[in-house]
Amino acid sequence: MAPETNTATDTMTNDPILKVEHLSMRFGGLMAINDLSFEAQRGEITALIGPNGAGKTTVFNCVTGFYKPTMGMISMRQASGKTFLLERMPDFEITRDAKVARTFQNIRLFTGLTVLENLLVAQHNTLMKASGYTILGLLGLPAYKNASAASIELAKHWLEKAHLIERADDPAGDLPYGAQRRLEIARAMCTGPEFLCLDEPAAGLNPRESLALNELLTGIRRDTGTSILLIEHDMSVVMEISDHVVVLEYGQKISDGTPDHVKNDPKVIAAYLGVEDEEVEEVIEEIEEIEEGGKH
Amino acid sequence: MANITTNPESAGGSLTARALREGFYAGIVSLGLFVLFVGLETTQNIRNELVLRQRWGLLLTFVLVAAVGRFLTVAYVRPWVAARKAAAVARVRDESAPDSFFKRNFNAIAIVALILYPILAMLIFGVQGSLKWVDNFGIQILIYVMLAWGLNIVVGLAGLLDLGYVAFYAVGAYSYALLSQHFGFSFWVLLPLAGILAAFWGMILGFPVLRLKGDYLAIVTLAFGEIIRLVLINWTEVTRGTFGISSIPKASVFGIWSFDVGAANNFAKVFGLPMSSAYYKVFLFYLILALALLTAYVTIRLRRMPVGRAWEALREDEIACRSLGINTVTTKLTAFSIGAMFGGFAGSFFAVRQGFVSPESFVFLESAIILSIVVLGGMGSLVGIAVAAAVMVGGTELLREMQFLKQIFGPDFTPELYRMLIFGLAMVIVMVWKPRGFVGSREPTAFLKERKAVSGSFTKEGHG
Repeated sequence: MAPETNTATDTMTNDPILKVEHLSMRFGGLMAINDLSFEAQRGEITALIGPNGAGKTTVFNCVTGFYKPTMGMISMRQASGKTFLLERMPDFEITRDAKVARTFQNIRLFTGLTVLENLLVAQHNTLMKASGYTILGLLGLPAYKNASAASIELAKHWLEKAHLIERADDPAGDLPYGAQRRLEIARAMCTGPEFLCLDEPAAGLNPRESLALNELLTGIRRDTGTSILLIEHDMSVVMEISDHVVVLEYGQKISDGTPDHVKNDPKVIAAYLGVEDEEVEEVIEEIEEIEEGGKH
Repeated sequence: MANITTNPESAGGSLTARALREGFYAGIVSLGLFVLFVGLETTQNIRNELVLRQRWGLLLTFVLVAAVGRFLTVAYVRPWVAARKAAAVARVRDESAPDSFFKRNFNAIAIVALILYPILAMLIFGVQGSLKWVDNFGIQILIYVMLAWGLNIVVGLAGLLDLGYVAFYAVGAYSYALLSQHFGFSFWVLLPLAGILAAFWGMILGFPVLRLKGDYLAIVTLAFGEIIRLVLINWTEVTRGTFGISSIPKASVFGIWSFDVGAANNFAKVFGLPMSSAYYKVFLFYLILALALLTAYVTIRLRRMPVGRAWEALREDEIACRSLGINTVTTKLTAFSIGAMFGGFAGSFFAVRQGFVSPESFVFLESAIILSIVVLGGMGSLVGIAVAAAVMVGGTELLREMQFLKQIFGPDFTPELYRMLIFGLAMVIVMVWKPRGFVGSREPTAFLKERKAVSGSFTKEGHG
């Protein structure tokens, strides 16, 4: 499904899976997002970066239906050509029908359920249908038994991908932090998404864990063709795996393009660092010149 | 070296010496404390003069209790507790030891014991004597087991705090009482109908409270329970108010054998047994046992279905549920209505057992008792809840039997009056000793290699 050779730099296939147009979100007097438009291409990893408080998570919550935007349109086009207007749908339908899955900045696992059960809960809608909305399943019909076995197989598949197969029967709350992050991604993948939204998946990971995360994410894109939108602060992750970067500051887009493009965009550098090192030198030179001029 | 080898004996010797010493000191301290409080008493004699009465015997008892108690604590109790702790640590290390036969087959043994219980009661106490044991203990406990298992779906699995569960019990009881009186339907027709009506009311309650969480949800469900009770009291044309509805028809064995005294197919007559109400009670015992086991079976099956997993996921994290495409509205509604349905079943059984229903039976205290059974048993655990129901309901019933307490506390002592006090005290003690209830761990619903119980420290109680 995924266009294999679609590296970020050469072609823009222009087949957007997600289109955000003129999105605005107001909380009382605070304009969290102001007239934001961007696109995420199918089969690509799009990164949403920006300093703290830039409105990244708000964009996420608008896309996944947890917030209703004040203005704007968010449209999601599936590979089948079906289009969904996400801003009009309740949150659970966005996952169920539009096939958009998400993770959370502060991990939200079902800590009291086992790792395996977490992945089975994610397959709720498939299993619900197979069990005839519980009624047929209660009677013990084979359709549900088969679906149940298939759901365990799918869970096993993602557990292996996330290197969690050894811990399948342990409570999710018992896992170390990095494993919980991977489990949350695996759980989101079990909903069978076409578009995966990850809110700071590398937050709090050590370098080795974030390398494993990179592998998991690129693996997801390669094997399932799932498009990914991620918020990230860890630049090693962003620059390594993303095909496309959108930079936000104060709720507005300040840069949009390939990682290389964004890296060298003076606006981005200014947003992150105030001013760039070279500019600092320039400023110092200027000051020195002025001082010398004063002596003369 | 020598020092080390002689250590235990010297330790043992010094322990006794220390215990003696400490006991002696405790005796002296208590003597000093009590000599004026207990040893001397001021009373008035017949001429209204203040006199000093000496009570050296009582003082000696106090001092001896303190001294001997201290001696025993230091010499025996403390080493015993320490040894137990060490043994517990050792046991944790040695986890490979298999569970005992009793522990492994607890459920099967318990069910067989319950099935044999009325027969044993009849054999031991005679037909008439078994009445008390089957009715007051057996049926009473099983009603609460069933109610608590029903509420467990709402509170224990879905994590929705429901303080008005007794309302559904009332709906079930009144459905049976009214429909059987007005339309003459039999128990077996009305049992499912009462369940459906209660489930319907569960939905009606469910809709407005879906947006509420935690304390707010609890308050609204509490109010719902009270509304139902007040309607039952005040809608006198239908419910006859506080007078209640009496002479509710008895259930029959699927219409084959009746328990009405005059009926031709009376159970005792057919089998040529002496007339007794005990047979009806035994029948009711098996009926409620079957209903309770049905509740357990459905709960166990539902937990392995997607809807049951969704309930537990909802208890753990509602936002994560929504992010996984689970419709939390319908999930909560199913929990409410299925829980209510079992409440309705239990209610219609209650009506058939009592032959009389009045709003008195459906006060808030009932909801509180059912909820405390669920919490004491360990939320979500069927076995724990059944044990808690037996302890709580059976315990309070048993206090009626404690006539020997009169010999200790004097003939004026009525243990019945202290039932609720002891009930409360027992609950506090259990919650201190086992904050997660009797069974705090959770059985996973699916596993790859081995089924490991999830420790209670990971599960959440739910928050709405």
